[in-house]
Amino acid sequence: MENIVDARGFSCPQPVIMTLNKIKKAKKGDIIILVDTNTAKENVSRASQSKGWEVVEVLPEDNDYRITIRKG
Amino acid sequence: MRNVLATRWGIIGVGAVIGILASLLQFWGNPANMGICVACFVRDITGAIGLHRAPVVQYLRPEIIGFVLGSFVAAFAFKEFKPRLGSAPIVRFVLGAFAMIGALIFLGCPWRAVLRLAGGDWNAILGILGLTVGIWIGTKFLSSGYNLGPSHKTYKAAGLVFPIIMAGLLVLMFFNPFVAGEAQSGVLFYSVEGPGSMHAPLVISIAIGLLIGFLAQKSRFCTMGAIRDLILFRQAHLFTGIVGLTVAAFLTNLMLKQFNPGFAGQSVAHTMHFWNFAGMILSGLAFTLAGGCPGRQLFLSGEGDGDAAIFVLGMVVGAAFAHNFGLASSGAGVTSGGIIALIIGFIVCLLIGFSMREGALGGV
Repeated sequence: MENIVDARGFSCPQPVIMTLNKIKKAKKGDIIILVDTNTAKENVSRASQSKGWEVVEVLPEDNDYRITIRKG
Repeated sequence: MRNVLATRWGIIGVGAVIGILASLLQFWGNPANMGICVACFVRDITGAIGLHRAPVVQYLRPEIIGFVLGSFVAAFAFKEFKPRLGSAPIVRFVLGAFAMIGALIFLGCPWRAVLRLAGGDWNAILGILGLTVGIWIGTKFLSSGYNLGPSHKTYKAAGLVFPIIMAGLLVLMFFNPFVAGEAQSGVLFYSVEGPGSMHAPLVISIAIGLLIGFLAQKSRFCTMGAIRDLILFRQAHLFTGIVGLTVAAFLTNLMLKQFNPGFAGQSVAHTMHFWNFAGMILSGLAFTLAGGCPGRQLFLSGEGDGDAAIFVLGMVVGAAFAHNFGLASSGAGVTSGGIIALIIGFIVCLLIGFSMREGALGGV
């Protein structure tokens, strides 16, 4: 079961807070984060990596980004 | 494409460039320890268009215009121009106004706080401590679910409004240029004495403003975020940028003989430690609740963020009140009106922090 965080429309630091909250709950597996600015994309990726999660994929989707992070 | 300016060395480099240019702006004519002060300069613009009539702080600062337009160019060039709005604009307006009032009690925004430190004005230490406490309070709200809700995408033209307003101000300045010794030129006001009368040549100010706007948009430079991320996420990325700024400005000041250590007799500053501290707590809290320092709000406005633009307009109105009602400090210290405004500001910010959290509306 995939975890999805929809942080579109939220400005800094909300996307990171939402991602970290999900990371705390999920512990491991895959999490998908939807964001709509490059800043949020960079911040979410940086924060996930600092928590030991791997950024598996960043897909542009229309005007947004779909980020997949993973911890085994 | 990899964004080099958003890497560790990128943000340090951008901070250093801002620090060097700020010191140079002082060397070229801007007030001492005020190479760039976003709050002071927005206040000066407010005076230049006559929304307040304090004769010593009226000048249409081209740096601010450059910040917005430089960010706009960067955002447009790298396809990051994303018009958006609708995240509690009236709340952001009020936060902008109180952020400005707090800053004018201390006499500087976070940018000027670190520039004052780099110039040897030790009063800045109280301001920076206050800023940190204000941001810390803000992070408590953030971690207990405070947020202003999402924005939504809007028309491209809507995102262009604020950059066009800024370009319009530049045109206004072109048609109403400064005349030496004259306090008014056409519709614009110009200080003939005081900090507002001190400025680098227009071409230099606008060029440096554009460059910093461009670099800061790409690097996401933010002075409030620097301290916030350190407290909230234990992440030093943005913080290294502000360190780069301070160190570079300090070294440049040393070389230009602009470093004068001490508490007393500093340029555009007062030595009332408690109020320096308290003023910046209010600012720090307001910036944190609004998601960006005043510089960052300008850069966001340039990339189409209409809510950030509303925050900036709130700062303009806050500056007008600060001078029309006598809330702003001077070299002599705080005013009684300033203290009352500070208390009201705290109450308002705390109410915003407590009442606007997840679940309070159900829908947000």
